[in-house]
Amino acid sequence: MAKRIGVEVSIAAAEAVGLCDVDVVAAYPITPQTHIVEHLSEMVADGHLDAEFIPVESEHSAMSCCIGSSAAGARTFTSTCSQGYALMSEICYIAASMRLPIVMAVANRALSAPINIWNDHADLMYARDAGWIQTIAENGQEVVDLLVHAFKVAEDHRVMLPVQVNLDGFTLSHMIEPILMPDAAEVKSFLPPYKAPLRLDPKNPVSFGVVGMPDVYTEARKAQDEAMKNSKPVIVEAWKEFGDKFGRYYKPVETYKSEDAETIIVTMGSISETAASAVDDLRSKGKKVGLVRIRLFRPFPGDEIIAAIKGAKSLVIIDRVVNFNGGALPGPVAIEIKSLLFDNGLTPKVGNFLAGLGGRDVTMENFEDMVEKMANGGVAGAYEIINVRE
Amino acid sequence: MGIASEALKNFKGFNLKNMPEVEPLSPGHRACQGCGEVLALRLAMKALGENVIMCSATGCMEIITSPFPQTAWKVPWIHVAFENAAAVASGVEGAYKAMNRKGKINSPDTVFVGYGGDGATMDIGIQALSGALERGHNFVYMCFDNEAYMNTGIQRSSGTPFGAGTTTSPPGKKSIGQSTWKKNLPAIAVAHNIPYVATASPAFPVDLMNKVKKAAMVPGPAYLHIYSPCPTGWRCGIDESVQMARLAVQSKVFPLYEVIDGQYVLSRKVAKPKPITEYFKPQRRFRHLTEADVAKIQERIDAEYEDILKKCGGDGKGKEEKE
Repeated sequence: MAKRIGVEVSIAAAEAVGLCDVDVVAAYPITPQTHIVEHLSEMVADGHLDAEFIPVESEHSAMSCCIGSSAAGARTFTSTCSQGYALMSEICYIAASMRLPIVMAVANRALSAPINIWNDHADLMYARDAGWIQTIAENGQEVVDLLVHAFKVAEDHRVMLPVQVNLDGFTLSHMIEPILMPDAAEVKSFLPPYKAPLRLDPKNPVSFGVVGMPDVYTEARKAQDEAMKNSKPVIVEAWKEFGDKFGRYYKPVETYKSEDAETIIVTMGSISETAASAVDDLRSKGKKVGLVRIRLFRPFPGDEIIAAIKGAKSLVIIDRVVNFNGGALPGPVAIEIKSLLFDNGLTPKVGNFLAGLGGRDVTMENFEDMVEKMANGGVAGAYEIINVRE
Repeated sequence: MGIASEALKNFKGFNLKNMPEVEPLSPGHRACQGCGEVLALRLAMKALGENVIMCSATGCMEIITSPFPQTAWKVPWIHVAFENAAAVASGVEGAYKAMNRKGKINSPDTVFVGYGGDGATMDIGIQALSGALERGHNFVYMCFDNEAYMNTGIQRSSGTPFGAGTTTSPPGKKSIGQSTWKKNLPAIAVAHNIPYVATASPAFPVDLMNKVKKAAMVPGPAYLHIYSPCPTGWRCGIDESVQMARLAVQSKVFPLYEVIDGQYVLSRKVAKPKPITEYFKPQRRFRHLTEADVAKIQERIDAEYEDILKKCGGDGKGKEEKE
């Protein structure tokens, strides 16, 4: 039976990875990911987890090690964020293209410079085109559940793609929350042992990572694109199966009081809880405001997002990164949603707010101000950076 | 007795009568004519046999053996990127260790090998290599040193010898060519206190194969530095690879030795060393050097060889070289 415990989210994340019976963890420390990998190394040291913990000399080698391990047929996990992700990103692209089901937790943190160890989504956005499935947790329970779900999806032979589970650094990774830890036998029945379709095995030699000349490269790219497209129904199916087993149901996009909302706030990650409180507050003042939270970022759940926002007269879209486009375009999440709106012939007023950069708090008042702003003419220009001193 | 000495105490080497017939690296690959590197790799593979997993860096030996849909590899092989062969091998080794222990597979004797050229090993991949050696993975790393980035078109690396002309160390009015001395990577490997380090040359195939076999037998990390003549980049004749490899040893440019549990052992004593001019002459990369330049290089080569002899205990315990 599952047990509800009060636990730091990073520790719960490590325990969840342990419940998945990983074979290899290769990781390099970077704040605020450290508690996840520290706890995994403790579990291995104490004999609670039978795995190889490889304390590599860099994130680049962490992902390289993970590729070797996954290609050998082992269930493989790593965790990083920010500069660590930036360093390993070369190899992350290759992991996806080699179709290796590695799972990685990213304790989202800002990118340098200036160096900043606190939370935003610069690393998440840096990773968005790498070919990984990306999910984003709102709270500790979701971190645990999304990690278990991640292995299930990644290793499905219809998918065979790496999965990145994002949790906000510090503001989520270091919180102590009440979490229902699934029981090992239940996880085992949900997640069968990994069986690689092909692996590095002298009894059946294959060549991995061969040269793709111009006559095959386009086809290889298309095959990978198809895999990403085809992953979506499997992701949804695995969430259904997870819900049937554990009683907690997830979907690509979460909605809160959005059905009749005139203004909808679109968020990702842990600030969504603050946004939900703001929605409650605004509703109590008679304002028709709702919330749409994106849980699945890659593959991008276009249909679900459109279904959730199509009734809104105005949208408050939060981006947690500055993408330095020169001012003509909004931030990345807003760019993607605006593209959907165009394709669907929808023309709500869109306000894109760049918020919560490098650990700056985003408060209920901030959300309420954004909604207020949309009611009074909206944002001048493609986006507005909030909470900034001029 | 050290780890390597213990593992090698009953070592039975190859000789001309018991050469293995296996060819894990098939013919028909796309190497240049006269490639000394692929010859060395082929010999290494014969010694390694078929219960092996090869982790390749980007480079000549990767690109010539794996143009999809063809592969020259009869053993499992993986290429990921330029700088990470040692890290990939670490992951494969770790995976096998875990899966063997957990009863998921039963392959206790599989050998794990990372390999790359001098650029992949001595420049861009030195961090991954150092990490893997330090962590003590049970694997073999082979550096096939052809003394420049040959795959991209003969650019200088830290393995390029002093004075050599390359496309990014061109000789000119204000340049001698490569202006730095070759990085001593075997010494760097030795500094990691790993059980086995050796240098080898395809001109001495039995010696090379025995060293590869020893490296595979020793528990823990083993590092092999393998001289790999490149007629394309060195601008010598395509029929001169083996001759260049032999002259490099005979002129003391590339001494052959092993370092077993930290103890240097000379593999071949060069009794009557040839002047480096004999080795330089057929190679156009050295053609611009003046007599004074050559004298300066000769002095350095002599000193480095003396240093190796000293490390081997005076005059070295090695065998007398026979033609």
